[in-house]
Amino acid sequence: MEMRAVISRNMLHIALLGELDHHCASGIRDKIDTLLCDPSIKKLVFDLKDVTFMDSSGIGVILARAAAMKRRKGGRTVIVNAQGQIERVLRLSGVYTLVEREDEESEARGCSMRMM
Amino acid sequence: MQYADDVTITFASLSKNELLARSFAAAYAAQFDPTVRELEDIKTAISEAVTNVVVHAYPDRIGQVELHFSSQGDVLTMEVTDRGVGISDIQAAREPMFTTKPEQERSGLGFTVMEAFMDELCISSVSNEGTTVTMRKRIDQKRSMDMA
Ligand SMILES: Nc1ncnc2c1ncn2[C@@H]1O[C@H](COP(=O)(O)OP(=O)(O)O)[C@@H](O)[C@H]1O
Ligand SMILES: [Mg+2]
Repeated sequence: MEMRAVISRNMLHIALLGELDHHCASGIRDKIDTLLCDPSIKKLVFDLKDVTFMDSSGIGVILARAAAMKRRKGGRTVIVNAQGQIERVLRLSGVYTLVEREDEESEARGCSMRMM
Repeated sequence: MQYADDVTITFASLSKNELLARSFAAAYAAQFDPTVRELEDIKTAISEAVTNVVVHAYPDRIGQVELHFSSQGDVLTMEVTDRGVGISDIQAAREPMFTTKPEQERSGLGFTVMEAFMDELCISSVSNEGTTVTMRKRIDQKRSMDMA
């Protein structure tokens, strides 16, 4: 699994590519948490467009980050571009009680700074 | 019982083998001409069951994971067996959000996903002897759609 992260203003945009399973969950978790050390980040976006597989291990990664964002003043988490199997697992998990869902590509991508 | 169509695969309980298990399951299922969605269901369910062996069955060692694939008519059966610690309370384990490893960010949704994506889920387990998870899925959606 690959990850591309972009920070622009108060938003951390995480694009994941490949299969998000238990095997790669901890690596992804650690990378995101390092970036989330920046307390000015108020919005966390998971772009799942290029995720080709996800199971409940991926739900664990998203839920824990979303809970951490919720503890920040004004903090929120958004999932964009989830489809097919990924969306079915997300819906089943009840993740959308804690995380917002958006369909479009994130608005601020064009003027963002590439981090990794 | 071992029939001509049965396949058994054994591998170590390493997390990198979760992908291997999904690939095996997809390859076995492919001969039944599944829809894309059925294939996704099968890969998701096997991934959950094998991940459970990797995460829970052998707390301080690497053990064996055994996959057994078989079929009867258009019903595919997948069995995932380990010789690990076993599940002491199967009813509780099946509850959504129940996990014994919250510190590892387990969501406790593995059995919930297996149940939702398969037609049948059976769990049998004996303390300190191991666990077998049996999942069944009817592969018939494409054919009934073609006939409609
Ligand atoms: N093969 C297994 N061996 C031992 N315990 C297991 C096994 N599979 C599942 N369990 C137990 O059942 C619980 C629920 O499993 P699951 O729904 O997949 O959630 P999670 O894996 O996120 O904890 C686990 O937390 C664990 O205690
Ligand atoms: Mg599990």
